Amino acid sequence: MSLKKISKDQPEKFEFNDRNIELAKKMINNYPEGKQQSAVMSLLYLAQRQNNNWIPLAAMKYIAKFLNMPYIKVYEVATFYSMYNLSPVGKFFYQVCTTTPCMLRGAYKLVDVCKKKISNKENEISSDGNSSWMEVECLGACINAPMIQINDEYYEDLDEKKLENIIEETMKGKTPKPGSYKGRVNSEPENNRTTLVGIKNA
Amino acid sequence: MLEDKDRIFQNLYNDLGEDVESSRKRGDWKDTKEIILKGRDWIINEIKSSELRGRGGAGFPTGLKWSFAPKEVGSRPHYLVINADESEPGTCKDRDILRFEPHKLIEGCLIAAYTVNAHVCYIYIRGEYYNEGQKLQKAIDEAYSQKLIGKNASNTGWDLDIYIHYGAGAYICGEETALLESLEGKKGQPRLKPPFPALIGLYGCPTIINNVETIAVVPTILKRGAKWFSNLGKPKNTGTKIFCISGNVNRPCNVEEEMGIPLKELIEKHAGGVIGGWENLKAVIPGGSSMPMLPKEICETIKMDFDSLVEQKSGLGTAGIVVINKDQDIIQCMARIARFYKHESCGQCTPCREGSGWMWRMLERMAKGEASREEVDMLMDVTKQIEGHTICAFGEGSAWPVQGLLRHFKKEIVKRNNFNPLVNKDNEIPYLVDQHLLEKENAEIKS
Repeated sequence: MSLKKISKDQPEKFEFNDRNIELAKKMINNYPEGKQQSAVMSLLYLAQRQNNNWIPLAAMKYIAKFLNMPYIKVYEVATFYSMYNLSPVGKFFYQVCTTTPCMLRGAYKLVDVCKKKISNKENEISSDGNSSWMEVECLGACINAPMIQINDEYYEDLDEKKLENIIEETMKGKTPKPGSYKGRVNSEPENNRTTLVGIKNA
Repeated sequence: MLEDKDRIFQNLYNDLGEDVESSRKRGDWKDTKEIILKGRDWIINEIKSSELRGRGGAGFPTGLKWSFAPKEVGSRPHYLVINADESEPGTCKDRDILRFEPHKLIEGCLIAAYTVNAHVCYIYIRGEYYNEGQKLQKAIDEAYSQKLIGKNASNTGWDLDIYIHYGAGAYICGEETALLESLEGKKGQPRLKPPFPALIGLYGCPTIINNVETIAVVPTILKRGAKWFSNLGKPKNTGTKIFCISGNVNRPCNVEEEMGIPLKELIEKHAGGVIGGWENLKAVIPGGSSMPMLPKEICETIKMDFDSLVEQKSGLGTAGIVVINKDQDIIQCMARIARFYKHESCGQCTPCREGSGWMWRMLERMAKGEASREEVDMLMDVTKQIEGHTICAFGEGSAWPVQGLLRHFKKEIVKRNNFNPLVNKDNEIPYLVDQHLLEKENAEIKS
């Protein structure tokens, strides 16, 4: 269960734009007739993307009407899952994985870098208004530890210096190149592959 | 060591491309129609005799699971659900299947859906794997446009639609009934079993739920024969498995190997050895964070399969191997895992919701050496109060790793926390108050 704060500043109104209405209808069609409630998670994502990566209460009410379900049920879902942001986050939203496999490889050093470079506190937007960071639980890229996620992209095999460079790039408004920062290919062992060697050389 | 030709996931490192044409070159979508025309009973028998066990953690025999689906479709449709909510710390195998071998998964979906009489298949992907989901969607679109799935899929006369459903960062949704709740647009809180999903699952309809890796190996088993698969590994623990080796090793990696491979070989050969040498090894978590850790003495000889690990009171789980060396504080490592479980408990059952936080706070204090001697036994008691007293297996998943720590490293904890009980003059202190919350001056500390 995630502990989440709901933003005090809430916009009065929220509506999907035309493109998202189309997408929302398409998503509802993925489920059997009368089971449109299943689409609530996808619609919350749509709202989050449309609204600078966070979901206001007005959007939950709008989605409840859209799907013909009680508002409290949407609220329940939005507060249960940790990926829905209920208060504003930075344009570059850093999620630092600190669960044991990443911790073993120095994830807390990355946390220190975030504290130094972005903001001293978790979930606090940096002074330039551009980024925020938080600690998250396992992101499922353990062999590429330590790693962070910025918005949708994974940045793997990091250390303090590399993360500092990444943060500096985002400060200039650029999106850094995702993937491994050790130059290795995906999840193969670095330098010295032991399996599927013939395929690599073919 | 397994020969390269016997590896199912030839494109594990994406040397060959993940699109449909490249996948066809390595044998995907070959003879799919012929396999399906052999009929449901043949497929189930073949999977049963291959002795394939589910790759999602519990190791339930796949053929048996499929045979639980009702033989005839009644008034309710059947569903196939693929569990791609890979969130177990230490595990990242499904991610590589989703992004590099999506056609193996989709082909497996068609065969499995046909076998269990389902026309609709949902793939539940964890929300963080957004890019992997997009790659899979691309592969699904390719399969539709080549008529491999959809109406009259692959000319078999069977209709199949596949949809992706994104999760949103809840570990508990990897539990099959929580996953179904989430798929229905609710909070991911597990359901009581029975009824089992095979009879009453998604929208109250018969539903078969399988892990990504399980489904992705099915086409290859049926093409190369159950005999080939069951000749690998050892009886009841057959075939190949993707192992994820992370933590304090020189070259962390994913590697597909034969079941029953010695742990030492995996670490030394494929992952480049423990940082600081084998002698620097402290412990290994063999199957994702829910499985109890093993100390170095056991790691010397242990073989990586379901039954060998159960003998050592651990388990293969998802085969996410986390190596911990002597430079790490083992109690702190476990405290961090306990924090993970405290964070991810869905809050439905009291023993787990309260107990997971309790274990975390005790372990944090034990790591700092602020706990009393009696608390070490109390911690064991807490794990026993959680284990077996919850709706789903999360209770065991959070309690077992702590029990593993206590089983193998109790001496170390006691050495660091060898106080008499922190509070000696405790007449007015109510029961169940965390001792560390009490002001220090009230406590008489004797070491």
